[in-house]
Amino acid sequence: MDSIVTHAPDFFSDTKPGSTKLISRSLWNRILSFFCVGLSLLTLIPLVSIVYLVLKNGLPLLKWSVFTELPPAAGMVGGGFGNAVLGTLVMVGLGLVISAPIGILSAIYINEYAPSSRLAQAVRIVAKLLTGIPSIICGVFAFAVVVATTGAFSAYAGGVALAVLMLPTILLTSEQALLGVQHAFREASYGLGATKFQTIVRIVLPDALPAIMTGIMLAVARAAGETAPLIFTALFSQFWAKSLSEPTASLSVLIYNFSTVPFPHQVQMAWTASLVLVAFVTLANITAQLVFSKKH
Amino acid sequence: MTETSARSVDAKHVSPGRPDFLTVRNFDFFYGKKQALFDITMDIPEKRVTALIGPSGCGKSTLLRNFNRMNELIDGIRHSGDIRLLGQSIFDKTVEVIALRRSVGMVFQKSNPFPKSIYENVVYGLRIGGESKKSVLDEAVERSLRGAALWDEAKDRLHESALGLSGGQMQRLCIARAIANRPKVLLMDEPCSALDPIATVKVEELIHELKQEFTIIIVTHNMQQATRCSDKTAFFYLGKLIEFAETQKIFSNPVQKQTEDYITGRFG
Amino acid sequence: MSEQDPKSRAIAEIRLGPDLFHLLCWVASAAAVATLGLIIYEIVSGAWPAMQKFGLGFLTSSSWVPNRENFGIFPFIIGTAASSFIAILFALPLGLAIAIFLSENFLPLPVRQVVRFVVEMLAAIPSVVYGLWGIFVVIPLMKIFGAWAVSTFHGVPVLETLFAPPAYGNSMLTASIVLALMILPTLTAISRNSLTAVPGTLREGAYALGATRWEAILGVILPTAAPGVVAATILALGRAMGETMAVAMLIGNSSRLSWSLLSPGGTLAGLLANQFGEAEGMQVNSLMFAALILVVITLFVNLLGEAVLRYTQNQTAGIR
Ligand SMILES: Nc1ncnc2c1ncn2[C@@H]1O[C@H](COP(=O)(O)OP(=O)(O)O)[C@@H](O)[C@H]1O
Ligand SMILES: [Mg+2]
Repeated sequence: MDSIVTHAPDFFSDTKPGSTKLISRSLWNRILSFFCVGLSLLTLIPLVSIVYLVLKNGLPLLKWSVFTELPPAAGMVGGGFGNAVLGTLVMVGLGLVISAPIGILSAIYINEYAPSSRLAQAVRIVAKLLTGIPSIICGVFAFAVVVATTGAFSAYAGGVALAVLMLPTILLTSEQALLGVQHAFREASYGLGATKFQTIVRIVLPDALPAIMTGIMLAVARAAGETAPLIFTALFSQFWAKSLSEPTASLSVLIYNFSTVPFPHQVQMAWTASLVLVAFVTLANITAQLVFSKKH
Repeated sequence: MTETSARSVDAKHVSPGRPDFLTVRNFDFFYGKKQALFDITMDIPEKRVTALIGPSGCGKSTLLRNFNRMNELIDGIRHSGDIRLLGQSIFDKTVEVIALRRSVGMVFQKSNPFPKSIYENVVYGLRIGGESKKSVLDEAVERSLRGAALWDEAKDRLHESALGLSGGQMQRLCIARAIANRPKVLLMDEPCSALDPIATVKVEELIHELKQEFTIIIVTHNMQQATRCSDKTAFFYLGKLIEFAETQKIFSNPVQKQTEDYITGRFG
Repeated sequence: MSEQDPKSRAIAEIRLGPDLFHLLCWVASAAAVATLGLIIYEIVSGAWPAMQKFGLGFLTSSSWVPNRENFGIFPFIIGTAASSFIAILFALPLGLAIAIFLSENFLPLPVRQVVRFVVEMLAAIPSVVYGLWGIFVVIPLMKIFGAWAVSTFHGVPVLETLFAPPAYGNSMLTASIVLALMILPTLTAISRNSLTAVPGTLREGAYALGATRWEAILGVILPTAAPGVVAATILALGRAMGETMAVAMLIGNSSRLSWSLLSPGGTLAGLLANQFGEAEGMQVNSLMFAALILVVITLFVNLLGEAVLRYTQNQTAGIR
């Protein structure tokens, strides 16, 4: 029994008799954990600060009238940003009308018709590359294609820029959505004598629809918040747009313009516009998550 | 009972191990509300091979993972009763769990070499223990790989990735890695279940060699394996220890009906 | 007739529908591929006059004087690289810490979910709102910090150069800090994925050999996940280089090069945002040239990141 007692210490203790280390291994372990948790919680600070300031500075001016009135001229008070809200909605809508068919149809092509064709491989690579392209490049592209050829800044140009921005998101999420459709469904459909077209339209697409909608909502959320693609395509306007071929206001460009002026009222309006924009983007993101989780 | 003591006296002749090297007393174990072990009491002898058998889900791994307190990585676990190694409770506050795990090594069902070189895998335990002298590490690598019967196959590729080894070699590397720490006890949880028959024979031979130096506890599903390489066998059923005796006795003349049913393949 | 109707409709569906639909899908795919080609074509042709006029000197010249038709983007290339690297410097330790925090159980699951939600929220906030917040929160703080740094580091080698007066609020440092925040979600999400892709058996193996939690993390888990973290860093770098609005609002948009982090700088994206709307003639061509350089850089960085990511996925597949 004696031998046990003399044995026990070096058996169960990690500090070696001759150890000269100041900090034991377990203490190191605790210090690192502490740092890791501390650093992680640190990220809460900026987000809380952003949300708090957007609410605090944005809420006072948030009335129904800001959605119906035009932006105040320099140094003036009152007004709103109705034209910017409308402009954002119109241009995001335009972008969607262009990008959604292309994105969804090419996803169908690369997943259902010719998954291993050279065109399909090219589509996949291009979609990946497009996600990595800076959003301002979408603006440069729309400038060259629309503004330079028509000679005018317009909602069309803004819509084209946003379409390029949204395309890869919609394409890639649609591809994932189609990939997620069980193969057994397709086989069952073929087994009942359906053609490929019937199978895609009646079986595959309905099943993939929620996930495709998620992709669309994510793309909408992202496009609505973007400024760079609009800043020199749609430019800005103090007035209600009468057509799609004239300079058009948007929430994000309004925030940009008003954030750097020396008039407190305009700055506060920038905060209010931020509040509306953040609320819209968050709502779109949450909707995307909800639509998605409904299926999974 | 008389037969049991007779044999253990006999065994003492061969290798003078303590019969109560590792003791389990009235041990209950819970995963949350679910009780996985019920009042286990057993003495595991030194430098012998003890096999834990029983149908899947009966708590063999749970008991094994208590010997090195690996279960503590799971949230919401709790136990009562005690486990003692050389008379010292492993749950005592003064026991550092990282030291316990060096003394009680473990080999897993699925071999899990680190994506590092063979050499670095073997010396991992020493390095984290603060050993950095090359001569010591080199010596440990050769000793451990020889001990795990892997030296001849691995000595020319010590600095190549361990992921290039075959399945059987990987499992022996994991054994080498465990014995590099010079543990007192070696726990093996179905160490051969992912291996082909030839690799299995090698590991079984290895277990025979290793019991000269280590106390081995092995979980196995394979009845033949238990008879081939263990000295004592414990049969578990639904979280209870049904029977614990010399392997030969369990398989030739079990006392409990449930044990007999299991080893003759009537259930499980 | 009424019996034939569904049948004839079905026949139409079989013959006309499928081919048209197939064709449409093909056209859409071709259009998607053409988009990238068209983007590059449009930018190159827009940049062409400037490419001919300035050649490679465009990349190395430091003067950008529109009314003298003098264009060079060297300071903006440096500014793009510098602001992104500094942002990575801030974001990497933070992102890694959060990724580890999210993949370990230091705190109960609800707390981790809150942190995860917060990081995802950071990704959803529009760039221009970061810019606004930066103007009213970060710039005032950086003015205070700048004044302090200038007086504290005066006379200290290296630091004296990095924090040389005058300390502006609109500076390289301000832009980099906000950029760091903006790339944090990318960095965290990819790092976290590669950490959780490390098989649990490796962690168990390390623990069973007597490792502490951090010995397991630093010695086994992180090295195994390292290629994924590298990929995350590269992709985040690509994002930072293309980020426009917040940077344009905070960096000060100067084409003067300075070693001081407290001085204003400029980036390629910021240059485009500031000048495209009012540019004419050769200035447009030069901006197109700058856009081309930005595309080439970001495409290269992103391709590199994707390649590393793919390598990582193959490698972890080998461990399992
Ligand atoms: N992590 C866990 N959480 C909850 N219950 C567990 C956990 N691990 C094992 N169990 C349960 O404990 C019982 C014993 O499991 P185990 O020890 O793995 O059995 P064996 O190794 O004999 O097959 C089983 O009923 C199993 O479902
Ligand atoms: Mg088991």
